[in-house]
Amino acid sequence: MHSTPVPSQAGFDEAPFVAQARKGDDRAFAELVKRYEAKIFRLAQHITQNREDAEDVLQETFLRAYEHLDQFQGNSKFYTWIVRIAVNQALMKLRRRRTDKSVSLDESIDTGEDTVTREIAAWDEDPEQRFSREELGEILDSAIQTLAPAYRSVFLLRDVDDLSTEETAEALGLSVPAVKSRLLRARLQLREKLTRYFKRKGDDAFAYM
Amino acid sequence: MLTCKDFLAELSDYLDERIDAELRAKLERHITECPNCWVIADTTKKTIQIYKGMEPYPIPSDVETRLMKALEKKMAAKQR
Ligand SMILES: [Zn+2]
Repeated sequence: MHSTPVPSQAGFDEAPFVAQARKGDDRAFAELVKRYEAKIFRLAQHITQNREDAEDVLQETFLRAYEHLDQFQGNSKFYTWIVRIAVNQALMKLRRRRTDKSVSLDESIDTGEDTVTREIAAWDEDPEQRFSREELGEILDSAIQTLAPAYRSVFLLRDVDDLSTEETAEALGLSVPAVKSRLLRARLQLREKLTRYFKRKGDDAFAYM
Repeated sequence: MLTCKDFLAELSDYLDERIDAELRAKLERHITECPNCWVIADTTKKTIQIYKGMEPYPIPSDVETRLMKALEKKMAAKQR
């Protein structure tokens, strides 16, 4: 799953490609696929936890998007729209693999005290400098893996892919308050995991208590 | 007075700068008086910064090949 990260896509304006693709330009659509395939594959892997399923989700997502392009409403981002398709496909995969058929992104949400923080220690100024690019990638990835699935996709879309809270809600079919409460828990849990790697040497948990 | 629990409940909106000036002032006052919440706010902010824009790994070439094949097939079918 790991190799070198792909070049940054910052500043990519999808709108002209979407407009061309809707007029029937297949090359413009293929360009959109190239832009988003890695992100969709990552999301699908995080939800399904299975490479084979993630590949199916990836294909289904873009084939469906191609087929139903005329149904895409220009008032949201194309990326948000395909994420929604991908999430639905991924959940269908999960349902098929489980016998209870009751999988959704709403499951197993503790509304209780999981925002409790245990590890409280200041970090280095540039904590990531302590690790190589590869090590850092491993640390960040494995920390996300430990999140509950319901938190994982919210965090991935909101904080890694940089969608707005509203876009994340739309993509996942959740309410804005649900996105916010999951995001908070995800952020706090990741903060706690990363503190083990990034805390200032000599500083320990509860040092400030 | 704001408790630590109140502070944590607002932490996301505080870091995303989605709160009004009055609440912001209260939260900022809390972290000047509460070292624990200061550390939590600071390290949560750094957590978000580290993850922001983390690019996905490129998809494996065999996966890419199969995706493009499936797509080309679909595209060819549509043109007929
Ligand atoms: Zn406090």
